[in-house]
Amino acid sequence: MAQPVPAAQLVARCRAGDEDAWAELVERFSRYVYAIATQGFRLRDHDAEDVFQEVFAKVYERLDSLRNDDAIQPWIAQLTRRVCVDKLRSGSREEVTDESELAVDPDEDAIGRIDEALDVHEAMSGLSDNCREILDRFFARDETYRTIGEQLELPAGTIASRISRCLVKLRDELEGRNPLPAQSGEQVNV
Amino acid sequence: MSAYDEDRLSELIAALPPAPEAWVRAAQELPFARRGLDAIVARAEADMEFRRALIADLESTLAQEGYEPDRPLVDALRRRFVQ
Repeated sequence: MAQPVPAAQLVARCRAGDEDAWAELVERFSRYVYAIATQGFRLRDHDAEDVFQEVFAKVYERLDSLRNDDAIQPWIAQLTRRVCVDKLRSGSREEVTDESELAVDPDEDAIGRIDEALDVHEAMSGLSDNCREILDRFFARDETYRTIGEQLELPAGTIASRISRCLVKLRDELEGRNPLPAQSGEQVNV
Repeated sequence: MSAYDEDRLSELIAALPPAPEAWVRAAQELPFARRGLDAIVARAEADMEFRRALIADLESTLAQEGYEPDRPLVDALRRRFVQ
């Protein structure tokens, strides 16, 4: 199985103008930004889409200002939070007159869970393509055994046991890791 | 005992559903949009009439002038000229 390109390497390639690297960077963090906007800040789809596009536009424009390429994840998280808060404030401002009435606090439990979920998804990249696909389709895409069986050309009756085996492999993968979350290397000005 | 039992793992996998494909594609096309943006900005700096038309009605002007008014391009131009 192919090991994923480290995020810092991807950032360096983006900075050098590699458009494939940019596409991969967006793919890698798209779920993260989406989850922060929709679960952390409970934005509706229309607002979440604006936030999503604005965050990646800012990442693209400001990649040169990131001092520590390993800090790309907390940097994107911080950017996303700022853009969500701005979006909520600009929307609420039309409805309330007192700034102190604006409620823009995120659900911190949800954001903590999203950070942990990103670690789990990164660990999934260490699994076989088949395991990764089955777990993602069943849990993240909410597909049925039947759909998964048809898409992956597997008997539907074997999907449950495969999911169970893949979860064990994923747990082993996670327990073999020692995650040290990087700190953001940049003060974000949005 | 593992911190990652089956229930916990399934909950964490489910916590990151995919973003809508169209959103992801639009963000991935940013570098291409930026190339178009540079050309439009250069023209708007040289042609005041074109600049005024962009400010008055961004999307229609882009379409009339043969540019594809896709989301990243329109957003970037709006930030540049309108807001």
